[in-house]
Amino acid sequence: MADVSKFKPKTVYVTYIDAPLEKVWRALIDPQFTRQYFFGFAIEIEPRSGGAFRLLAPDGGTHVSGEVVEWSPPHRLCVTWRVAGMKDFGELPECLVSYDIAQAGGSVQVTMTESHSWDVPDAILRGGQSGWPKILSSLKSVLETGKALSIETGMPAGFVDAVKKAVVEKPWLRSSS
Amino acid sequence: MSKPKFVYVTYIRTTPEKLWAALTDPQTIRKYWFGITAQSDWQPGSPWSLKFEDGRTADSGEILEAVPGKRLVIRWRNEFKPELKAEGWSRCTMEIEMAEYYPDFGGKAAKLTISHELEGEGTKLVEAVSGGWPKILSNLKSLLETGDVAFER
Repeated sequence: MADVSKFKPKTVYVTYIDAPLEKVWRALIDPQFTRQYFFGFAIEIEPRSGGAFRLLAPDGGTHVSGEVVEWSPPHRLCVTWRVAGMKDFGELPECLVSYDIAQAGGSVQVTMTESHSWDVPDAILRGGQSGWPKILSSLKSVLETGKALSIETGMPAGFVDAVKKAVVEKPWLRSSS
Repeated sequence: MSKPKFVYVTYIRTTPEKLWAALTDPQTIRKYWFGITAQSDWQPGSPWSLKFEDGRTADSGEILEAVPGKRLVIRWRNEFKPELKAEGWSRCTMEIEMAEYYPDFGGKAAKLTISHELEGEGTKLVEAVSGGWPKILSNLKSLLETGDVAFER
């Protein structure tokens, strides 16, 4: 199991969704839902701490793989996250992704937190900072209107080069924290 | 150390024109901004303010840039919380773009990016707007996509 204390939050995205809390939880863990709002990826998750977690591409290949760190339905899900389906990216240290779901008045607050165990360059963080608003905007649309947005994934400028550089230099091996 | 800056991106199934109208029409703003509304003629150099329902001024400032359907920049100061007012002027930039999308899915969307940062030193105002903007923009997205807001308070 990952040592969660080594990971620091780097990217946080909050959205408020007009849907029952249980339904928001289900949308995060049900492949029928994730296929709609998560660039076509289907989630596969063992419903327990220590269970396996994957996001499968439409062709069946593994895009993201990891392990369930915390399974607390319907309020919190935390998984380790390694992007296996993109060149070089799978060689970076895994990160942590958590969803916290809370009732906020007549609405449900969803907080996505991406945490890292090393001093990740901004150019790499921008990958998640570009992707999460698309994914979570689309999640909100699916739950409120039944229709996803399915926005192009496109990587931000400098992202691929920053990943390549990190894989060569492996700065996490000399991280002091 | 860079200054604290709040950045939030949301994608909304709407057109840049409708999004611009929702960002500048007082009656629409009131619906998604928890009763607060804006007063301005939205011309560069013109005064701008946010008003509570009872008429008190929440925030005040000036329009720095206004390009309909594309870009709005507001010089912005809090007026109702002394510790926030003390931090002075901030700058809020709203940018509208068309998002790229998969035509097969028919998911056309406008991308709205809000950046809000203080002109001087301080952290309280950026902290405060970091809590507020996700609520306001979630409500705005719901209003444009469903005709109703996500929540009232």
